Order: sequence, then structure tokens, then C-alpha cells
Amino acid sequence: MTIKGKAYIAGIYEHPTRHAPDKSTAQLHAEVAKGAIEDAGISKDDIDGYFCAGDAPGGAWPMVDYLGLNTKKLRHIDSTETGGCSYIIHLGHAAEAIAAGKCSIALVTLAGKPRTGAMPPRAAGAEADFESAYGATTHNAYGMCAMRHMHDYGTTSEQLAWIKVAASHHAQYNPHAMLKDVVTVEDVLNSPMISDPLHRMDCCVVSDGGGALIVTTPEIAKSLKKPLVRLIGHGEAMKGPRGGKDLDLTYSAGIWSGPRAFEEAGITPKDIKYASIYDSFTITVLMQLEDLGFCKKGEGGKFVADGNLISGVGKLPFNTDGGGLCSNHPVNRGGMTKIIEAVRQLRGEAHPKVQVKNCDLAIAHGTGGLLGVRHAASTAILERV
Amino acid sequence: MSEAKKYPAPVTNPETAAFWDAAKEGKFMIKRCTACGEAHYFPRSICPFCYSDKTVWEQASGEGTIYTWSLMRKSPTGPYAIGYVTLKEGPSVQTNFVDCDLTTLKIGQKVKVVFKPTDGAPLPFFTPA
Repeated sequence: MTIKGKAYIAGIYEHPTRHAPDKSTAQLHAEVAKGAIEDAGISKDDIDGYFCAGDAPGGAWPMVDYLGLNTKKLRHIDSTETGGCSYIIHLGHAAEAIAAGKCSIALVTLAGKPRTGAMPPRAAGAEADFESAYGATTHNAYGMCAMRHMHDYGTTSEQLAWIKVAASHHAQYNPHAMLKDVVTVEDVLNSPMISDPLHRMDCCVVSDGGGALIVTTPEIAKSLKKPLVRLIGHGEAMKGPRGGKDLDLTYSAGIWSGPRAFEEAGITPKDIKYASIYDSFTITVLMQLEDLGFCKKGEGGKFVADGNLISGVGKLPFNTDGGGLCSNHPVNRGGMTKIIEAVRQLRGEAHPKVQVKNCDLAIAHGTGGLLGVRHAASTAILERV
Repeated sequence: MSEAKKYPAPVTNPETAAFWDAAKEGKFMIKRCTACGEAHYFPRSICPFCYSDKTVWEQASGEGTIYTWSLMRKSPTGPYAIGYVTLKEGPSVQTNFVDCDLTTLKIGQKVKVVFKPTDGAPLPFFTPA
């Protein structure tokens, strides 16, 4: 049993807003749903699967009602919550449901306003009394990973900076990007230290916004007008301190989700023409590239240096929309926009200055939670048909 | 500055109450499984490695080395350094480093436990040994 080729991404929509003081979170969900439905060219009343995560106000049942989905038809609901990679997991779960005949047109939505509204609180786990007082945040949790990666492998701040430099080269062509200026390695190193060893420019932006997907059957996708993009491999995994035994913060759960996806797809990292890699921080990208097998563990620093991630320059064009480091990071969750830019590349709809030639195989990979504490990872391999 | 910081009191629950009772006496406890011999942290009743319920409380030395750290340069309560300490007994624990120059922390540095008061049970932190 495999999901390979059994589900197509027929609709995508990324909200152009980065600052939405005049909108509600539910409204943003509705706007991205409408956008993806129109992109696919389907009717909202045909949607029979709905996927959302912790950013959806109230969860699935208030959203299904608010969005006016056709409850006579809706027969598959999934509110898996794994932070920023939730939507990559949803994509895989939608494919599983489609392959099993449990739905035929799935809608996935993400939206929220961390800049102009309150963020939903995260529920405490069993670890709360033993961790919450120590103030783990995204910055310092990823800082702890970077610190140890530097210690074990000699990774440098200059190498991390190249990831931001590459993202900025792409963002200059994205009219919606929050940060459009091309930056240099020196700019990154001269930006203020936020949480050692991460500088401000090692960190992603905070933005309002959202995005949505329509995932459907091969038959329905072929009846629609968009270029055909299908899911051929998917993986998901989780990692945590596991009782404190053999703690190693230099790798992520991507070390498991990646091979699962590649094996299902029947391809290797060498076959990938474009990579959407969640870039909450520069170190996130570096560790994911190693974990996914684009280079050996510990060699990520060398791999990302000297523009290797810049489209048209390096060997592995990544995040050609500018990614979280420059364009947006709706609801502090990067998974959705990673899928959307990968689909744009496969459709040939990326900005001409960053469009990868003959882009037929792409990866969209994300993590959720805190890499330095406990987190999930999900990998999707997408193919243009 | 860190002395002035107010830390939240642990909520505690039946599974972990013994840890916090010991903390009130300045003891830093871990759990060890008598079936597989592995120690773990934070404490659970079922061993996370072999799933035996034969776990027992053990007073740890409170000594360890810094596995990693990161200094948060700004926060509403001032700078603080988070990190993991690998205990002499094996498990690595999340903590903050206190009562020292936070800019001189090093991976591999020897540290020891120190408790800080809350409105409830005191919380374990680490400081250079």
C-alpha cells in the first residue's frame, strides 16, 4: 500500500497579506480557502475532506461551520497538530484518505495573526513542571542546536549566514516579501545577537497571513485546468529528549521522515530539482539538508556556503519565494508556504528570475515544535506529471 | 539580576510529587528503572525505555557537564541562559544556568545543581562547579 501518485495538489493559495489588523483569524482561513478553491476551479460544495491544525479558531468543528462547508458531503476530518509541519502532514494524510476512498477533494487551511492578534496558547505536556520555568523559546531552542552543531562539526556563523543570503536573493523578486533587500554574510554577522549563536538575521520574520491547499484524486485533477502536480512520497516523524538518554541536538526527526518519503517516491536527494525547506532559523535549514541526505551529517555548513542554495547559481535552489527568513511565516508556521512554493515551481509559476528550469521533482519539508526540545518533521516529495 | 527573577511554582501531580518533596530538602532526584537499569529525567512511573513499572527514586549527585547552551540576550525578565546538562548518572536535563557570568559558559563545562525558591517547591538550576 502506498500513496505514490494517488493524490494531486490541484489548488494552492498564499494570502498576500503580511499584516492584517483589520481581519479576523477565521476570516483569513476563509480567504485562503476561497483562494485555493478558485485556483483549483472546483466548488466549495464538492469538498468532502477538511484538514486544519492548532491555528484554526476553535478547531475543526467551528471552522467547518464557519467556512460553510457542505456537511452533507464532508466525510473526512483531520486536525492533526504538529506545529509548523502540520500542513505537510495533512497533505500526506489527505493522500492516504484519498487512496482509501475516504474523501475525494480535501481542503487544508492555515491562517493567523501573530503580528496583530493573540496567538492560541499551547497546551502543557507532562514535562511542564520540569521545563516551562526555563523559558525555552524558538530562538534559544534553535540556538542550542546551532551551538552544539558548531561544537561537534565546526559549523560557523558565516556558513549559516549564507542561508539567509540565498533567501534574500530570492525575496528581492517577491513583491509580497516582508524583507526584499539582498543581504551579505557580513550583514547577517553584524546584526544583533538574539540568542547565541543566532543573530537577528538568522531568524525568520513574524507575519500575519495564511495559505490553503486543495488535494484531490488523479481523475478529478485531470479534469481541471491547472498543471498536474502529484504527491509521490511522504514521511512523518517525531523526536524528543526521550528521558534524557543519549541527547543529540544535531539532528532532527527529518532523519526519519526524509528517508520514508524518498523510499516511497523511489528517488534520491540527487534527483530533486527544487527544495522548500522550513527556515524558521538558518540552522533549521542546515540541519534539515543534512537529515534529508542532501549532504552528510556535519557537512551542511560547506553545502550551503557560497550561494549553493541560490536559484540559477547553486546546485540546490531553495525557498525561491524568500521563505520564512524573508517573505513570510504565517502564524509562526512554515509548512504551508513550503508546499505552495514547491507547487509553483513544479507548475512553472514561480517568478521567472527564480524559476528552476525543467523542474519536475521537488521536496517540501518542515518541522514543527522546537528542534532543541521536542518536535515533529514531515517530508513531501512532489512530481510534475 | 537572576536573584530577583520570580519563577513559577511547580503544579506537581501524584506521579512527580516525590521529586518536589525532595527538592524542598535540597535533594535532586532522578528515576531509575530496576528492570533495565537505565536512569531517566524528567521522572515517569513507567520506564520510557523498557516500559517496566519498576522505577525507583534515586538521589542524583547534582553534578554534570554542559551539553549545550544559548544565551537569550533580551527578554521581559532580562537575559537568561538555557541549556542542557548531562548528569553524571547519564540523563541530560533542560535547565537554566545561574549565579555566574553567562557569557563565559562552555560546552563540556562542569556544573552542579542549585535550587531557587518559588511560591511552592524550589526549582533546580545549574551553576559552574
